[in-house]
Amino acid sequence: MSLKIKQDHARFRDIVRGRIKSNLKKYVQKGEMVGKKGKDFITIPIPTIDIPHFRFGERSQGGVGQGEGEPGDPLSPGDGQAGSGQAGQGEGQHLLEVDVPLDELADILGEELALPRIEPRGKDRIIATRLKYTGVAPSGPESLRHFKRTYKQALRRQIASGSYNWRRPVIVPVREDRRYRTWKQVPLPETNAVVIYMMDVSGSMGDEQKEIVRIESFWIDTWLRKHYKGLESRYIIHDAVAREVDRDTFFHTRESGGTMISSAYKLALEMIETEYAPTSWNVYPFHFSDGDNWSADDTRLCVELLQKRILPAVNLFCYGQVESPYGSGQFIKDLKESVGPRENVALSEIADKDAIYASIKTFLGTGK
Amino acid sequence: MDKHTQLPSHLHDIRNRVEGYARAYGLDFFDTVFEVLGFDEINMVAAYGGFPNRYPHWRFGMDYERLSKGYEYGLSKIYEMVINNDPSYAYLLESNMDVDQKLVMAHVFGHVDFFKNNFMFRHTNRKMMDQMANHATRVRRYQDKLGVELVEDFIDRCLSIENLIDYQSPYVKRRPDRPGVEGEGAERQVAQGFKTEREYMREYINPREFMQEQQRKLDEEAARKKKFPERPERDVLLFLLEHAPLERWEHDVLSIIREEAYYFAPQGQTKIMNEGWATYWHSKIMTEKALDASEVIDYADHHSGTLATHPGQLNPYKLGVELWRDIEDRWNKGRFGKEYDECDSFVARKHWDKQLGVGREKIFEVRKHYNDVTFIDEFLSLEFCIQQRLFTFGYNEKHQRWEIMEREFRKVKEKLLHMLTNFGQPLIAVEDGNWENRGELYLVHKHDGVDLKLDYARDTLRHVQSLWRRPVNLHTKVEGRGTIFRFDGKEHSDRRADL
Repeated sequence: MSLKIKQDHARFRDIVRGRIKSNLKKYVQKGEMVGKKGKDFITIPIPTIDIPHFRFGERSQGGVGQGEGEPGDPLSPGDGQAGSGQAGQGEGQHLLEVDVPLDELADILGEELALPRIEPRGKDRIIATRLKYTGVAPSGPESLRHFKRTYKQALRRQIASGSYNWRRPVIVPVREDRRYRTWKQVPLPETNAVVIYMMDVSGSMGDEQKEIVRIESFWIDTWLRKHYKGLESRYIIHDAVAREVDRDTFFHTRESGGTMISSAYKLALEMIETEYAPTSWNVYPFHFSDGDNWSADDTRLCVELLQKRILPAVNLFCYGQVESPYGSGQFIKDLKESVGPRENVALSEIADKDAIYASIKTFLGTGK
Repeated sequence: MDKHTQLPSHLHDIRNRVEGYARAYGLDFFDTVFEVLGFDEINMVAAYGGFPNRYPHWRFGMDYERLSKGYEYGLSKIYEMVINNDPSYAYLLESNMDVDQKLVMAHVFGHVDFFKNNFMFRHTNRKMMDQMANHATRVRRYQDKLGVELVEDFIDRCLSIENLIDYQSPYVKRRPDRPGVEGEGAERQVAQGFKTEREYMREYINPREFMQEQQRKLDEEAARKKKFPERPERDVLLFLLEHAPLERWEHDVLSIIREEAYYFAPQGQTKIMNEGWATYWHSKIMTEKALDASEVIDYADHHSGTLATHPGQLNPYKLGVELWRDIEDRWNKGRFGKEYDECDSFVARKHWDKQLGVGREKIFEVRKHYNDVTFIDEFLSLEFCIQQRLFTFGYNEKHQRWEIMEREFRKVKEKLLHMLTNFGQPLIAVEDGNWENRGELYLVHKHDGVDLKLDYARDTLRHVQSLWRRPVNLHTKVEGRGTIFRFDGKEHSDRRADL
């Protein structure tokens, strides 16, 4: 039995990889497995092949659900689609859903996309020592006295010596009873990292484009957080001028007007130079836009900023260009000509939601 | 040989105890064989739909990947699985706690009782285990002879239309058993009217309008016989089997796909009833008989996990078990019939209790004669809808999200029935096998307000064409307008056409 399923499985993998049966290639979907992290639904890429059937269009259908809420209330993501259509073949299988910790999700993502582990830069240079309490000893400074252990020790001595009176349970520690915490100095590679997200919020970036940026940056965040404790995130939005905002504003603002990408790069550079010295920080600037820039002059300025000042200071500079019906998509071409290919530059075009995983792979597959 | 000895002895004991309780409650099931499997094995069997021996096909590998990844990553695990067969086979996950095994066994006996007694399953093959193995051998033989690619491609195309079967056909007689065809339709038949021996009575017994009506019916009947098929054929697979120019092996493979589709169909058509029934019984057996005090917490945890609801997903376990309990309660208290229905005093209805105590009897009867559609149609009441907080949802284009639409009873019930009718599949029938006298296939989608997914429809049409060989056409509606989609073997086209 095991052999048979392994054969079917191998065949399926081959189809997904496009090795055989190329006629099915177009039905390969970057399917998703829905996991739950607290209240949020999180999806894990898992390819499926959907053989076409005569069936109803999803969005025109809807369905019936159960639970609280008023008409007009939104359903949580991942809920809607699954409810439509048939109840499944239903051979009496019953699946149980389990929560997944964020850390494991990052592992799953890493495994699915075959991402390399990130090698923090300057590991040898950035070393700090940390104190770690490792044991208990009979001597030490009073400030580190371990009250509970001292008490226990005293109690033990009093009972053993018969001086313990259960009617009047007073415990008086003497010198020998005292216990103190001891510590060791542990050398810890201090890996500080900061991600600077920059996004074009000019009129041409629509909701769909923002959604793509949101999903992609969620995964990038999850992955980097796995490798760096205390990852810092900064958010910059820009149209013709750039400003720093909080996370919420970053994903929900829509401005109108022109686009000067250089404004964002200048601000990012200022941040790096004043707060994140490259000798002690791993710096990851991510920039998302639809590829429309104000003028060729501004693009030239961007390239210059990148080449001379930003790239030398960062681990990896990533530029993701989200396809939009309004943008010209020129910027990525300019970048390709002038700064790529380079070790610490990753450029990626994101056509739609399905392209997100490929794009994440481009960005994080460098292992920088 | 005692088939149950494969179970470890403590499970064997549990099994016998649970079976005893189930029988004492009146459940009537096939002999049930339990097998304990490791997670990898259970994922395998589950990928094959519960049957250890299926024909080779990549989609089983796909299901296996989904199931085993779900398990590895801790997203989901298979809890119980049972197949409709005599004897019935059920699988237990090795790593489950004993309390889980107990629960699963009780649940399984509920399912097997349902398989054995519900009318929808009366026509299913109870030796499907053997039949599936037989199918596997046949397909494998074709693959050896003709090559894996060729056969698998053909299976892909068959699977693409496996939902075009007539979900009601096992239970009704669609075609009259035709008497010999010879000489039929050679000349126009003349209506005879009722016979009488008294000539003068004839005009009175058979007035002229009546005779004209009879003649018209006869002519219609004759016209229909000339049509091909005589009536629209919903079992598109059968039509293809009978009339498409298939090779022998193709014919055989298509009939295998069709047979398996018919075998699985009733399970989809009774999902709510069946899961509800099994849940009703596991909860009854566990809480009233089988549960040890030490197991209460784990049982409650898993039971509530089974019944958890997410907005936007209908949990068949939850909806089913609540409906069964509601029916039992209503029949115990006599909350049915003319008097109750016509009572419009809220207070009187609320305290209505005739102490009939026929609830148990009623649910056993219902489990015999209903399927999900008739079950919901008959027993989903206004009170139940409110109490269970049911709602309809849909996609709001303006807000670009799924939203709760309505809570009105009539709308909810309508939507639910619509989802269940024809197994949630579009109704598509062969209208003409010799369309416009050119040997083309003409399919008609009976549009009931929901459009087809068009890109899929085109691709499926292409697959139908590859079986029919001549051009194929599908009539449907797109945004309210009649349209015929056509694939002639080389290219797609579509044009407006109202029926």
